[in-house]
Amino acid sequence: MGRLRLRPAALWLVVLCAPLAARAEVALSSFLQQNTAVNTVTANPGGRHYKWLEERAQLKLDATGGAWRLLAKGDFAYDHLGRGEQSELREGYVDYAADNWDLRAGRQIITWGHGDLVFVNDVFPKDHEALFAGRPLEYLKRGIDAVKLGAYPELASFELVAAPRFRESRVPDSRRFHVFDPMPAVTNRETLKPGQGDVGLRMYRDIAGYDAALYLYRGFQRTPSMRPDSMTAPTKVTLFHPKLSVYGASVSGRAGDGVLSLEGAYYDSRQDREGTDFAVPNSQTRLLAGYQFQPGEDLSLSFQYYTEYMHDYGAYRAGLPAGFPVDKRWSHTVTVRVTQLFLHQTLRFSAFILRNTSTSDYFVNPELRYSFTDKVWGAIGVNLFGGKPWGQFGQLSPDDNVYLQVRYEF
Amino acid sequence: MKRCWLWMIAALLPLQALAISGEEVMKKSQGAFLYPGKDFKARVVMKLINKDGQARVRELTLLRKNAGEALGEQKYFMYFFQPADVKDMTFMINKYPAKDDDRWMFIPAINMVKRIAAQDKRSSFVGSDFTYEDVSGRDIEDDNHVIEREEKVGNRDCYVVKSTPKGTDADFGHKTTWVDKANFLPLKEEQYDKRGARYKQFTADEVADVKGLPTVLRRTMKNLQTGHRTEVAYVKADYDLGLEDSLFSERFLRQPPRKWVD
Repeated sequence: MGRLRLRPAALWLVVLCAPLAARAEVALSSFLQQNTAVNTVTANPGGRHYKWLEERAQLKLDATGGAWRLLAKGDFAYDHLGRGEQSELREGYVDYAADNWDLRAGRQIITWGHGDLVFVNDVFPKDHEALFAGRPLEYLKRGIDAVKLGAYPELASFELVAAPRFRESRVPDSRRFHVFDPMPAVTNRETLKPGQGDVGLRMYRDIAGYDAALYLYRGFQRTPSMRPDSMTAPTKVTLFHPKLSVYGASVSGRAGDGVLSLEGAYYDSRQDREGTDFAVPNSQTRLLAGYQFQPGEDLSLSFQYYTEYMHDYGAYRAGLPAGFPVDKRWSHTVTVRVTQLFLHQTLRFSAFILRNTSTSDYFVNPELRYSFTDKVWGAIGVNLFGGKPWGQFGQLSPDDNVYLQVRYEF
Repeated sequence: MKRCWLWMIAALLPLQALAISGEEVMKKSQGAFLYPGKDFKARVVMKLINKDGQARVRELTLLRKNAGEALGEQKYFMYFFQPADVKDMTFMINKYPAKDDDRWMFIPAINMVKRIAAQDKRSSFVGSDFTYEDVSGRDIEDDNHVIEREEKVGNRDCYVVKSTPKGTDADFGHKTTWVDKANFLPLKEEQYDKRGARYKQFTADEVADVKGLPTVLRRTMKNLQTGHRTEVAYVKADYDLGLEDSLFSERFLRQPPRKWVD
């Protein structure tokens, strides 16, 4: 399992750029990492006591020549919890930069919007399992195989992202996490991935000292939905990614002593515009307000309020089969993050607290990170979950864990 | 009698006009220290050294562009090479006189550009003994400046200027700056806490002409109370490279051009 997956397109790019790389300025770097997460409540559904246990090495090649750049980051890991040898091309792309436009082709990580672990316009794939299993933050994001075209005329900046193939978010593995399943008896499961790719456009510019942006996305839900073959006597469940378009905007700038960010988006559930299909998420409006400030030296505080609104709630309630948990029309979430640095910023304490006031779900993640030297750092942290048994975080209540990360970079 | 007074005032006038005030010295000093050239580029190596002599290294490329006159608006761009866990991180500051800066940071691990709050001018810059204010300048109007005496630092004649914060919210009592009378560079500065104890000392350890502009190439900030110090060396420094305004943008925060950050 888990061979280094180089798509033909990516391979072509590497081949095309090899002669260029030969003339270029080349930098190689790597890291070795150990990552352990231990359950504090109960064993995994699969029986193990660890959420994560792996050694990992990353190799990074960065070559620049004139207007060209090639970057490749490859990970090799050994997972002690049954997945064994793993390898992954984290990022692998070629950049070309002209005066007022540029192009990036290959596997790349893209982040849009201003949310801190709350996503409104960041429509790109995530690895939720990585977040909940105490892996370093960079593993929260998954790369997509895409072409990104940037254009920078006077009027505004434009970023067009086109991916020929859809890449999904990674959801927690049901052997490691106590994931809520409305139909646990049906073990015959099939996953359908969209046959098409997706496309997104971001336009941004400064407006009176504020960073303003508009976002458009046409693609699919990154996390799958479930559909049984029969409501009365299901024998098979199909996991699929419903069609989705997102229209959003954001603005961020100075307000008082801090930074205020506002973000909103309309999630157009194209596969079920009436909202009658219980298996497809209802069309939604998502709104986020965030404020960050520094009340003291090396101390940062940030607050977020996030809400989701279901547009066809009546149709959703009418179409929902009996026995299924009922979502509310409005979902309200508040988050707080505290970050304090010590010892010339080599020791960092941070705590993230999220609470959904509609479902009483919570997620708490305190972490202490220390740089032992300029090359070695370690982190210890805790993931705590709670709330309704079917809630986003409530379902993970038995999955509380303590994690440890140590990395040597060279 | 009246005439007598007038004569005395008239006699004093030219002297008053010739004498430079503490505020003017500090303005000229900031102009010479932080504003020379239209733009500036340096490869900066910072060594954070604790009292036992153990060092940590922060290495970055610093780009600066003036919007116009000295003491006016400036743009800063920083690209980090070291330590490894912040490699490829970039940082941008729009500095305004008498107003909080705008700051942005690019975090390569998650490919995200973040605007960050910036009222913490007295906070440490990347964990060093330098504060943001030490790096990009404290507003002249925030302090009263008085020339206390003239004195030599090494073989250079200096004005010795005492600067006392006007407000009560400052976290220090006062500072004394030795400003070179010839080129107005600060050669030494001592910061005192509110009880009047000396706690931080800046020294310009090497000054050289770069494109004819006197530049502090090596400097040290020492915390006298903890024994921790930060040594900064400008390995490559140059002026008037023709940095474009467009460089100071989100585009280049995410993808810094090699040509400017080598």
